[in-house]
Amino acid sequence: MTTPIVCLENVVKTYPGGVCALRGVNLEIHRGELLAVVGPSGSGKSTLLHMMGALDRPTSGRVLLAGHDVAALPDRRLSGLRASLIGFVFQRFHLAAGVPALDNVADGMLYAGVPLRERRERAAAALERVGLGGRVTHRPHELSGGEQQRVAVARAVARRPLVLYADEPTGNLDSVAGAEVLDVLRDLHADGTTIVIITHEQEVAAAAGRQVRVHDGHIVADVPGGGP
Amino acid sequence: MTDPAAFPVSRLRPSDLLRVGAANLRVRRLRVLLASLGIAIGIATVLAVVGVSSSGQADLLRRLDELGTNLLTVKAGQTLLGKDAKLPAESVAMVGRISSVYAVAATGDLTMGVYRTDRIPADQTRGISVRAAGLTLLTTVQGEVAAGRWFTAATERHPTVVLGDLAAARLGVRAPGGTVWLGGRRFTVLGVLKPVPLAPGIDRAALVGWTAARDLLGFDGHPTTLYERSTPEEVEAVRAVLPRTVNPEHPEEVTVSRPSDALAARAAASGAFTGLLLGLGAVALLVGGVGVANTMVVSVLERRGEIGLRRALGATRGHIRLQFLTESLLLSGLGGLAGLVLGAAVTSGYALAGGFPTVLPFWAVGGGLAATLVIGSLAGLYPAVRAARLSPTVALGAT
Repeated sequence: MTTPIVCLENVVKTYPGGVCALRGVNLEIHRGELLAVVGPSGSGKSTLLHMMGALDRPTSGRVLLAGHDVAALPDRRLSGLRASLIGFVFQRFHLAAGVPALDNVADGMLYAGVPLRERRERAAAALERVGLGGRVTHRPHELSGGEQQRVAVARAVARRPLVLYADEPTGNLDSVAGAEVLDVLRDLHADGTTIVIITHEQEVAAAAGRQVRVHDGHIVADVPGGGP
Repeated sequence: MTDPAAFPVSRLRPSDLLRVGAANLRVRRLRVLLASLGIAIGIATVLAVVGVSSSGQADLLRRLDELGTNLLTVKAGQTLLGKDAKLPAESVAMVGRISSVYAVAATGDLTMGVYRTDRIPADQTRGISVRAAGLTLLTTVQGEVAAGRWFTAATERHPTVVLGDLAAARLGVRAPGGTVWLGGRRFTVLGVLKPVPLAPGIDRAALVGWTAARDLLGFDGHPTTLYERSTPEEVEAVRAVLPRTVNPEHPEEVTVSRPSDALAARAAASGAFTGLLLGLGAVALLVGGVGVANTMVVSVLERRGEIGLRRALGATRGHIRLQFLTESLLLSGLGGLAGLVLGAAVTSGYALAGGFPTVLPFWAVGGGLAATLVIGSLAGLYPAVRAARLSPTVALGAT
C-alpha cells in the first residue's frame, strides 16, 4: 500500500464561539482516487475541505499533505503547499472579470514561480484538455456558466496538482452544464488526476467512485464504490 | 519529513507583482482616474507654483546679470535742517577720479513741469520731473533709446528733450520730432528711452541737455543724483569712499544706494508668497492621498473573493500585502506623473507667455515624485494589511 497523499488523523476543528465543525475525523486519500465527500449543508464538509486543502489548521489532530504536517507550518509554508500541490475549483468559479480565459488559467500558476510564457503555454494546453481550445481569448462574461466552470477546472489542473478539490462544482449550474463539468472531471481522473468532489447532491456523488458521507462533524460512511 | 530544501514554496516574480497590481487598475479605469485626480491636482499645483515662481525669479536674476550689479546711485539727500541738499558742481569729476570707477554721470533736478502744450495748467505736471542730464548718463545706466536719439555735444546745447518711457507715455509722445512745453518755451523731442530698470527715476523724467538747462532754464549746475559704475570687485570699496568724495564738507547728507539690491530683493521676495500656494498644493495632495486610501479600502472589501482565490492559489499574506501596496503605489504614481506633466505644462506655458526661461527645479520634481510614493505607501498600508489579514476561508466564503 502506498502512502496516502492526504491523511487526516483524528482531526477536530472548533471555531471561535464554540461551534464544533469536525469532531475527530480520520480519512486517507490515495493517488489516483476519485472521491466524493457528501453531506447536507452544515455537516462539516466545507471545514473538511479547508483542512484537506491547507486553507486552515485543525484545532487538534494531524493533517498530512504529501507527508507535511499542516498544523505545524507557518502561513508562508502553507501557501507554498497550496501553490504547488493543490488545485481548487469553487462553486462560484472565481474568475477575474474582464480577463481572457487564457490569462485566468495562467494566473493559476502565478504563485508557483512559473515564468509568464510557460504559464500561457500550459494554460493553453489545459484549456484544450477541458474542451475550450476555441475559447482562449473569451472573457468570463462571454462564456456560459458551464464553460466558466471548465475554465476554473483548467486553472486548477494546469499546474498539475497532487490533488484537485472541487467544492460544489455544479452548484451554480443547470443539469446539462453540470453534467458537462462532471464529464471533464471524470476525464481528468481517467488521465490520473486525484480528484475530491465536495457536494450535497446525491447524483453528483454517484459519479464518483468512493463516497465519504459526513454528518454532524463525523464521517458516517466510507463507501468504496465500483467507480463510474 | 519536512526537508526545508525540498519544501514547496510560493513565489511571485517581481514582474508578475507589477502585472497583478496593474491588472485591477486596467479593469476599473474610471475609478482609477477619479482616485488619482486628487494627487494629480496636488502635484500639479505644487510644481506649477514652484515652477512659475522659479521661472520669474530666474528671469529677474537673468535681467540683473545683464544690467550688472556694479551701478551705485548717489543722491544729494537732505541737510541737517531738513532742506534738500545739493551736490557740489565738481562732484562728477571727483567721482571720475576714483581709479576703479569707469563710468559716471549725473542728473540735476529742475523745479518745473513739462506739458504737451502751453494750454495745460501749470499744476498738471502728471508726475513728470524735469532733469538736466549729462552726456554719459545713457551709457552709465545702460539705457537704450526706443525711438529717436540721445544727446550729442551739439544737441545738448539746444532746446531739445529726451523723454523717459513713462514720461513719454504720459505726455502722449511716442515718436520724436514733436514739441513739448517746458520752462516757458517749446522743446523739440529728440528721443524716447526704453525703461531703465536700474534707474526707474529716469523713466518718469524729461531730460534736458546739461548746457541747455544752464543756458535756457536757469539750472545752477549742481547735480542731484550721481550714477557711477566701477569694476564689480571694487563696488564695496567705492561705496565706502563715495560720500566723502562727492560731498567732502557734508558727507552725512549723501545717500548711496545700489539699485540692483532692490531687484535682487524682489527676486527673493517673489518666492515668499508661494508659501501659501504651496500649502494649498500640500492640502490637495493630502486630500488626494485620502482619496487613494479610500479607494483601496473599498477595493479590499469588494475583492474578498479575489483575495480568497489568490490565497487558495498559493499566495502568502506577504504576496497579498505587496499586491495591494503595489496597486496603491501605481494609483498615486499615476496621479503624480499626470500632475508632473500638468505642472510642467502650466509652467512652460506661463514662461512662454511672459518670455521667461522655463525653470523646473529638480528638487520640486524629485520632491513631487517622492511625495507621491510616500502618499501611495501610506494610503496603501492599512488596506494592504487588512487584505493580508483576511483568512482564506473567510475570504472564499464572502459574497
